Amino acid sequence: MDIAVRFERVSRHFGEVRAVDDVSLEVRAGEFFAMLGPSGSGKTTCLRLIAGFERPSAGHIEIFGVQADRLPPFERDVNTVFQDYALFPHMNVIDNVCYGLMVRRVSRRERHGRGAEMLNLVRLEGLETRRPSQLSGGQRQRVALARALINQPKVLLLDEPLGALDLKLREEMQSELKTLQRSLGITFVFVTHDQGEALSMSDRVAVFNKGRIAQVDTPETIYARPATRFVADFVGHANIIEPASAQRLAGRAGTFALRPEKIRFAAGGAMPETGWAMTDGQVVAAQYHGSHTRYEIRLTDGLVLIAQRQNEAEPMAASADGRVRLAWRLDDMTPLGPDSEAPP
Amino acid sequence: MTALALEPMPRTSPLRRLSGVLYRHPHLLLLALLGPPILWLGVVYLGSLIALLLQSFFSIDEFSGVVNREFTLRTYGELAHPANLDIIGRTVMMAAAVTIAAAAIAFPIARYMALHATGRTKAVLYLLVMLPLWSSYLVRVYAWKLILAKEGIVTWVFDQLGLAWLLDGILAIPVIGGPSLSISYIGTFIVFVYIWLPFMILPIQAALERVPASLLEASADLGAKPRQTFRKVILPLAFPGVVAGSIFTFSLTLGDYIIPQIIGQSRIFIGQAVFIHQGTAGNIPLAAAFTVVPIVIMAIYLFGAKKLGAFDAL
Repeated sequence: MDIAVRFERVSRHFGEVRAVDDVSLEVRAGEFFAMLGPSGSGKTTCLRLIAGFERPSAGHIEIFGVQADRLPPFERDVNTVFQDYALFPHMNVIDNVCYGLMVRRVSRRERHGRGAEMLNLVRLEGLETRRPSQLSGGQRQRVALARALINQPKVLLLDEPLGALDLKLREEMQSELKTLQRSLGITFVFVTHDQGEALSMSDRVAVFNKGRIAQVDTPETIYARPATRFVADFVGHANIIEPASAQRLAGRAGTFALRPEKIRFAAGGAMPETGWAMTDGQVVAAQYHGSHTRYEIRLTDGLVLIAQRQNEAEPMAASADGRVRLAWRLDDMTPLGPDSEAPP
Repeated sequence: MTALALEPMPRTSPLRRLSGVLYRHPHLLLLALLGPPILWLGVVYLGSLIALLLQSFFSIDEFSGVVNREFTLRTYGELAHPANLDIIGRTVMMAAAVTIAAAAIAFPIARYMALHATGRTKAVLYLLVMLPLWSSYLVRVYAWKLILAKEGIVTWVFDQLGLAWLLDGILAIPVIGGPSLSISYIGTFIVFVYIWLPFMILPIQAALERVPASLLEASADLGAKPRQTFRKVILPLAFPGVVAGSIFTFSLTLGDYIIPQIIGQSRIFIGQAVFIHQGTAGNIPLAAAFTVVPIVIMAIYLFGAKKLGAFDAL
């Protein structure tokens, strides 16, 4: 399989700050690749390195096999949808969309034809002569998308493109972006701090922490088998079971993550089966979330577990005083590796 | 009840009552704050402007030198006299040349200040641009007279570099040349550009300051080479600033009567004409008519700038 973007031990330092620290990474051609992390984790700097706005302090970047370390942005087959959309305020919609063709000296007639196609693609027909200031947030987003796609880039970079939209519109755009990516076959590299967005849209996710990549894998694996404590904590909720408790509860050595929905509420008299862990606890808090309820349960040794239960027809098996018996598959406990810390 | 219980606020203090009145009637506050300055501007500025306009429709009795207070267009007819048209033409040409040169010199400086310089460099640049405004305009003009004089440093530097022939060649150009830089239109032009430059740099810099860096990145990202980004993005977005700056340089040059008096030829500019006619000649109506010329030119200029969309971004 072709590699769209390859980072080979890339670092980008700003003075003392290691924004990107010795990152190696491969984005495959045609995939929807998400870079997920909290702010300041280096994900946006990585995107800017691919776009060419930043140059690596060390290491090498290849875009479709071509060394790109020194290539300026205007010589890369890569286009960007900016977080603030960066539409040119002095141009109308069609001129914004056709900007990439205009600077390549494509004739006015041809570029307006292609521009109309693009506006069609993002469903903005009829807004050609509007100014960006006359558009809604969602419309600006689509103009930015059309403008970035008109050059038929090999890689499309998206920097938190949905951050400024409200929830309903965001969900709509998520599925639209996904469909667009499938139909165009272009490699999308998508930066987000929203784990839900990363999980639901991408083929693979890279989780960033402190300038480094904590884990790269499919959304399913990232969620079900987080590699480190940071990933377990950042992506979804996780119970972190420290070595002492792990030894007592499951007879296993090491630190483990256990997702709240993997914990079952067993009947009062149930006995442990092989391959299962079982323990008693006391419900100390319950949060109702509509489709499910989240319980805080204190175990006898003081450890507090979060358990989540779908709100189904049958009521929960708990005694009147809130005592419950919990059970989970030993396989659902994911061993966590140490978080890679930047060397001092 | 404890001893700490709050007393009800006293409501009787006159100051407090006044605050209440002003709070309930915000227009009253606005009137109190803006009234005096508007009155001042209205009476002093508009009043004198109207008085001036009226004067320009009077005429002077050529024998007695007494102002004849009857409405007439004779004074404007006098303005069309070739010698006076010459003054107007010279002044407008100078103002245009100064404006273009100031814009050309100011743009790179403003662009560097707004888009590239950061922190301390930016502060130092601001200081350097503003610094000349801290010293007297007259002192700076006289300093330039010394610099541009035949015995001055410019001539000396050209001599030392063996380029005296170049300076002589420039001064030999008809009309704009002269015996020395300090007695030529070139000298007047140089000093005008120098004196008004900050008024061009600051508006352009302010316009470019508002351009988000992401716009320039987006342009490069879409394939524009730096020259294209400059032409298609930076220049159009800086245009309102250039126009604002040119309004300063153009109108200030149109009205100035000190610089051409100290540096340049004996042929006069509009400002000097006004000065001479209202002072020594005592021809107030003609002086007033001369003053109307820059006002009309600026009105046309602003109208043209508006047509070009220079104020769309305001």
